Amino acid sequence: MAELALVRPRAGRDQRIMQGALLLAAGFLALFLLLPLAWLLVRAFQDAEGAFVGLANFAAYVTTPALAASAWNSLWVAALTTLLVVPLAFCFAYALTRSRIPGKPFFRAVMLLPVLAPSLLPALALIYLFGNQGMLRGWLLGHSIYGPIGIVLAQVFYCFPHAALILSVALAGADGRLYEAAAALKVGRWRMFTTITLPSATYGLVSAAVVVFTLVVTDFGIAKVIGGQFPVLATEVYKQVVGQQNFNMGAVVGIVLLLPAVGGFLLERWAQGRQAGVLSGRSVLYAPAARLARDVPLLLLCLAVAVALLSLVGIAVWGSAIRFWPYNLTLTWANYDFGRFDSAGWDALLLSVRMAGLTALFGTAIVFLVAYVLERGVASGPLPALVRFAASMPLAVPGLVLGLAYILFFNEPLNPLGFLYGTLAILVLNSLVHFYTVCHLTAVTAIRQLDPEFESASASLKVPVWLTFWRVTLPICLPAILEILVYLFVNAMTTVSAVIFLYGPDTKPASIAVVHMDEAGQSSAAAAMACTILAVNLGLKLLHLAMGSAIERWTQGWRRR
Amino acid sequence: MRRILLATMAAIGLTAAAAQAQTRTRLTVYTALENEQLAPFKAAAERAVPGIEIAWVRDSTGVITARLIAERANPRADVIWGLSVFSLLQLEAAGMLEPYTPAGADALRPNFRSARTPMTWTGMDAFVSAICFNRVVAEQRGLPRPTTWAALLSPAFRGQVVMPNPASSGTGFLTIAGWIGAMGEAQAWSFMDRLHENVQVYTHSGSAPCNNAARGEYGAGLSFDMRSVALRNQGAPIDVIVPTDGVGFDLEATAIVRGTANLDAARRLADFTVTRAAGDLYGRFYALLAHPAATSTVENYPADFAARLVSQDFSALAARREEILREWTRRYDGKSAPRN
Repeated sequence: MAELALVRPRAGRDQRIMQGALLLAAGFLALFLLLPLAWLLVRAFQDAEGAFVGLANFAAYVTTPALAASAWNSLWVAALTTLLVVPLAFCFAYALTRSRIPGKPFFRAVMLLPVLAPSLLPALALIYLFGNQGMLRGWLLGHSIYGPIGIVLAQVFYCFPHAALILSVALAGADGRLYEAAAALKVGRWRMFTTITLPSATYGLVSAAVVVFTLVVTDFGIAKVIGGQFPVLATEVYKQVVGQQNFNMGAVVGIVLLLPAVGGFLLERWAQGRQAGVLSGRSVLYAPAARLARDVPLLLLCLAVAVALLSLVGIAVWGSAIRFWPYNLTLTWANYDFGRFDSAGWDALLLSVRMAGLTALFGTAIVFLVAYVLERGVASGPLPALVRFAASMPLAVPGLVLGLAYILFFNEPLNPLGFLYGTLAILVLNSLVHFYTVCHLTAVTAIRQLDPEFESASASLKVPVWLTFWRVTLPICLPAILEILVYLFVNAMTTVSAVIFLYGPDTKPASIAVVHMDEAGQSSAAAAMACTILAVNLGLKLLHLAMGSAIERWTQGWRRR
Repeated sequence: MRRILLATMAAIGLTAAAAQAQTRTRLTVYTALENEQLAPFKAAAERAVPGIEIAWVRDSTGVITARLIAERANPRADVIWGLSVFSLLQLEAAGMLEPYTPAGADALRPNFRSARTPMTWTGMDAFVSAICFNRVVAEQRGLPRPTTWAALLSPAFRGQVVMPNPASSGTGFLTIAGWIGAMGEAQAWSFMDRLHENVQVYTHSGSAPCNNAARGEYGAGLSFDMRSVALRNQGAPIDVIVPTDGVGFDLEATAIVRGTANLDAARRLADFTVTRAAGDLYGRFYALLAHPAATSTVENYPADFAARLVSQDFSALAARREEILREWTRRYDGKSAPRN
């Protein structure tokens, strides 16, 4: 007690502010995540008429023939993707943060390409490349792209930016003094890497692995388009909910899908215990010196990744300008005349931009405040643990399950929030909650790199906590905050699975229009709309990069000497 | 200042919208019609029924049906116009359809309307399962042109057939229901056992097989007839074959959602959907129409087309859906790896 009083002399008022903020955070997550999900998941224990049936649905599910196969398939495909993506993303992020390779802004932009585009885009590109009429189908040695090969390839492409983003934030802050001390002690480079670099990035590595694994397990879009008949858990949800309108069974599979999330949550808590603040008030930002033996291989790796990502996107862009794959490859602009394919036409894109903009603005503020309160407020007790768990949950909830939960919860006549249903606001809230976890992890990683002594110092100077937050934490974390903002925006632009249940007559987003055009057999037009979404997202990302370097000079100057 | 300006503009916008809403009743219509049908259908209905405005929510059959059922506690749709009759029967069983016999609905073909009095749904047109056959792939691989389902069992088609997974797609269920209707239950299962050897992929979407066949991924995609028009217009070298040995069919149908706040306007729209004028509209896209006097203008349909349809009891099939799907899943869905 005495120690606490010494460190936080003004704990009383600050604590109250933090406690209040924590309550708000818990309320928000409860209202827009936990309650809707619970509302749906209790149906796992009911029959279609709503009568309680105990574990009967689970028993029926276990006897479903494809279950064992689909669970096993989900697990090994996710594990393989994680094993491929995390080391690759680590090297890439390492090159961006700990080397002197040229063209870092370029690589940073390219790294994000996969999340900037709807997932249909890589799937189409893979079909053009490796499908039965594909240009490079010989590369698969007679194997079919429709199945595990296609799923893993597309997932590696799709998950790479998520892992690279988390890892580049984790590796961004390093205390140069540690490396100087190590060098003075004549410690070898490998030992420096294993004793300084890796431990400081443990949390980032574990988060990245958990995120990638869970994304693969829950993602349905890629499995649907390129997975052929290879059954995975996420396609089981689709079969139950959309194929057979069996929400009770859908809820059962939804619960099964939450299991990896619980595992991931425990793993993350473990990693968190091993992670200490990297940047203290006395830290000096590590600035790598040029070293060819490290920089040349890293540059080659980055170039290889960039070429792979760019060529997939390039193929899709080309695909958006041809008349009909593979029989009429003459180029045309006609595919961009969206009014011909979908009555909303270009308006869908405007709606998406509005929705994504609102999601990014509100989402970033909420995510960062919640993360700050969690990291710097009262750490013990059931409430912070609950909020932490809730924040890590959305990643494990397939979009279909979240969308269905939102209908059932917000459309309930007794729900006073029912007025949200069918509005743009519910699309915004849904997207925000759907993409919450990665943003939360990014914010936590950034905040955790700051030594809590900033708060202690300001507390002893009688500066209230919100002022410290405003003057110190926020500017230092501004790069991470911008990352979150952009991440939310681009994901809200491309999201499909949750909002497909929620859009109304006047609120159909462009990402849904992409799916509709593809279903109608207009793949070139679908590719064109996907490319338009990509262009908007890329524009924002480039703006972010341009602003980023200016902001970095302004807010991160203290890290240099 | 800017904020005040925006607020004022928003207020003006709202008043204008409200003024318009007073003159016209806005009906939220859920549909699985094709995108290109929405604009002409809306225009025709708003012309024929003064005082209504149609606001579409369009998605695939599965998504729209799931949405309707999920919204059961507090329905958001006023009317369903253009959804599979199997979905409507599901909604009927859940007591979600408003009983109403549209004026003139008795003129529709008997199998194309609800048997209840008053009716709960009325049919618009039929779509049938069909084979999307890629001529270019056929030439490359020496595939004979299949005119019957049985022709697909030839070893030449190994790995060249793609069909929708009936557990994921209504079109898939329609296809196997047709086989059961045409061949009888035991025969149909043994047919599917043998067809399974040739099927490369069971897709999750009902439209994917025809799209895939059009792109030359496979020689034969099992889908429904309507699907191919847009593809052919883009230059896909596909033919749509309606097999001669019996095809299953599904109806696109209309219903009023029970609990709608705009019952009067919904009824007037329902009245329009069964008129001959509406039938002619459906006839621009479909060959077989519910209204006997309406004419179809679609081309390339065989003259004996209607005779190839199996006799089908929609209610009986809908009641057995779960059982049929379970058997199908047991037989074919557990096999994971695609064969080459």
